Amino acid sequence: MRQPKDFGFNEQCAQLKQAARSFFQKKVPTQALHKLIAGEPDPFRAPVARWDKVLWQEMVDLGWHTVAVPQSAGGVDMPLVAGAALIEEAGRVALPSPLLTTLQSSCVLKACNTPAAHALLEAVVQGSAITLAVLDQKGTYQCGDVTASNTDSGYVLEGVAYFVQDAAKSDVLIVRAGGLYAVPVNAPGVKIVPDHIVDLTRDQAHIEFDGVVSTLLAEQADAILRQSEPARLTLLAADMVGAAEWQLQTTVEYAKTRVQFDHPIGFFQAVKHPLVDLMVLVDQARALVYAAACAIDHQTDQADSVYAEKYARMAKASASDMASYASKISVQLHGGIGFTWDCFVHLYAKRQKHSQVTMGDAAYHRRLLADIVMGIPEVEML
Amino acid sequence: MAQENDEQQIFRRHCRDWLKNNVPPAPTVRLPQQAIGIMEREQLEYLQRWQKSAYDAGLVGCDYPLDCGGGGRNGCQRIANEEMQKVKLPYFPNVIGLGMAAPTIFYHASNDLKQKLLPRLFSAEEIWCQGFSEPGAGSDLASVQTFAQQKGDKWIINGHKLWTSLAHFASWMILLARTDKSHKYNGLTFFVVPIKAALGKGVTVRPLIKASGETGFNEVIFENLEINDAYRLDDVGRGWQVAMTTLTHERGAGQLVMPSSGGQTDSDFSSIAGVNEVIELAQHSCRPDGGLSSHDSVIRDQLMGLLIRDEGMMQSMRLHQVAALREHPMRIPLQGKLVVTELIQEAAELALEIEGASSTLYVADKNAPAGGRWAQAYINSFANTIAAGTSEVQRNILGERVLDMPKSK
Repeated sequence: MRQPKDFGFNEQCAQLKQAARSFFQKKVPTQALHKLIAGEPDPFRAPVARWDKVLWQEMVDLGWHTVAVPQSAGGVDMPLVAGAALIEEAGRVALPSPLLTTLQSSCVLKACNTPAAHALLEAVVQGSAITLAVLDQKGTYQCGDVTASNTDSGYVLEGVAYFVQDAAKSDVLIVRAGGLYAVPVNAPGVKIVPDHIVDLTRDQAHIEFDGVVSTLLAEQADAILRQSEPARLTLLAADMVGAAEWQLQTTVEYAKTRVQFDHPIGFFQAVKHPLVDLMVLVDQARALVYAAACAIDHQTDQADSVYAEKYARMAKASASDMASYASKISVQLHGGIGFTWDCFVHLYAKRQKHSQVTMGDAAYHRRLLADIVMGIPEVEML
Repeated sequence: MAQENDEQQIFRRHCRDWLKNNVPPAPTVRLPQQAIGIMEREQLEYLQRWQKSAYDAGLVGCDYPLDCGGGGRNGCQRIANEEMQKVKLPYFPNVIGLGMAAPTIFYHASNDLKQKLLPRLFSAEEIWCQGFSEPGAGSDLASVQTFAQQKGDKWIINGHKLWTSLAHFASWMILLARTDKSHKYNGLTFFVVPIKAALGKGVTVRPLIKASGETGFNEVIFENLEINDAYRLDDVGRGWQVAMTTLTHERGAGQLVMPSSGGQTDSDFSSIAGVNEVIELAQHSCRPDGGLSSHDSVIRDQLMGLLIRDEGMMQSMRLHQVAALREHPMRIPLQGKLVVTELIQEAAELALEIEGASSTLYVADKNAPAGGRWAQAYINSFANTIAAGTSEVQRNILGERVLDMPKSK
């Protein structure tokens, strides 16, 4: 299908982006974020999710958590380019919230296309935050660590799901166990065990299921997850682009004020040029994010979905390499102060490191991209 | 994205219709990879005929006023460029004229001069070259020493210009000269110089040999050349400001990689660094152990890395058109030259690695893959990362004008 040149980024999308930027800049100044999440430097601190629930409720009141929910379920139902713009702005302030996981989960629920999934989308509209419990202990989709059995009392889940993002902020889990199942986090038999993670802006957990009665969302979890993967990748990459823009602008600002050898350090090309290189990488990743979101918004047939997948993999690969560079440069160019807990750059560097490996790093997506672009090589006999 | 108006829609149809029947026949001589590499008269004449026919059809200089030989249209050059890019066409030979001299003349010359010079520039009857760099003035362009001494209503020019592409065919040169030794930036004045008419009479053009072994650019020596004051652009001492107009058009990346026809730089790219051709190359090349290069996972990873950056570059130009997604008005346009030239260089280098042992064969070897094209492209790629402001100067410009960091010395 023909792609609109402007990514289909219409006036409504532009208004949402602008509103989100003003809202987050006002409500989440970096100083306040640091105060909220970085009170306890001790690496052995208790794994507590630190986030602003009141702010989340304000976002819910604005309907931002439903931008990926269809109108039929009562959602705002905007194109993915709008969702990407919203997430980009949230990433710019390194927002601790269940917004990203809820948008990603909405894409999964849309792909399910079942009454149960539709009902859960309606629950999102009512303010439920949702996250995905779909990975095993190795962080793969491969072997099922959770099983479901069909009993008289319904589908009962047993096992453990790992690397569940923002679990402590969520109300409902989408669990992979052959099929996809929905479980409220407070259902009997669900135990959320928080992970001790590096990133201070998120929480993560593994979740134990001990005879948990659940609702079947879709029979084929893998197909649904594959179908929704491009959208989920694109949203994550959008967060990384926003965070990187903050890393770029903050470091540029520092380079303009920090004086050494009688000059602001931005005068020196050894400082100036890496920042320019970062800007180029940020813009390429951002452009690929919107290209991917647009391709996802405009898919009608099989060829279109391959096209969308291609751009989503490019976006995540590009964003991951870019984020790595952004983190390195932003800490390095702040010098000694950049290595301290009180400086803000480590908050973003850690968020980026978490995002880089989440859903696959750059090399992984380049490999899958190569399979699309160049074909899968036949296994050569040795 | 603005909707196209009636004029633009009619013009787009006109371009399509004309191009349907007027694609020039293949040349009988081998053409260089870029217009600035034109060496032989036969190459030049073939390309001049093509530019003239496109000009006569209204596809060149579309947005310039009628009395300057332009098409008198609005917002149509971009359309002509888009339509021309959809068809396999030769490039225009008068690249420096179209990309740099024309906008400079248009913004800074007298009406008489515009009317005299622009029509034959658009038609390629008169080829243009650029006299900026000197032995002592490369990246630090404002330190040019070629001196113009005023004598009544004449100027006497003495000095030495370098890297002057197309000077061996050029009728005209845009010249940045010093007119006051006591001020660096404000001591410069901008001229147009009829160099062909003065060959052997104060102007000497000598070929320089490039690292690729080809000639293609020149040095130009001025010895007491006398020109009329009517050939001065803008005021005495305002040469630097005029040169900035020239460079703004030069650095838009456009003219280096595609047929530019009027200095427009915001065209859509269909492919930038030729990464798809390198991918195809991998499908026909082998690693030393005999395995197909396209099956080698490291080669595949490198190819996808380039493809992603190439696509990212193209999509960033698309992004730039959407005001709500733009962080800064010059942020993406000023990246063009830097990013494109470095990508082209890396793509050519990867192509050589993929060719393996065969990449050692150069253009004269009948066994050279693709006629030695990638070896030649790799060596020539340095012309683009150095010319028109080195990559280092481009990074300074981006850091200073877009990120607002202090000016480097």
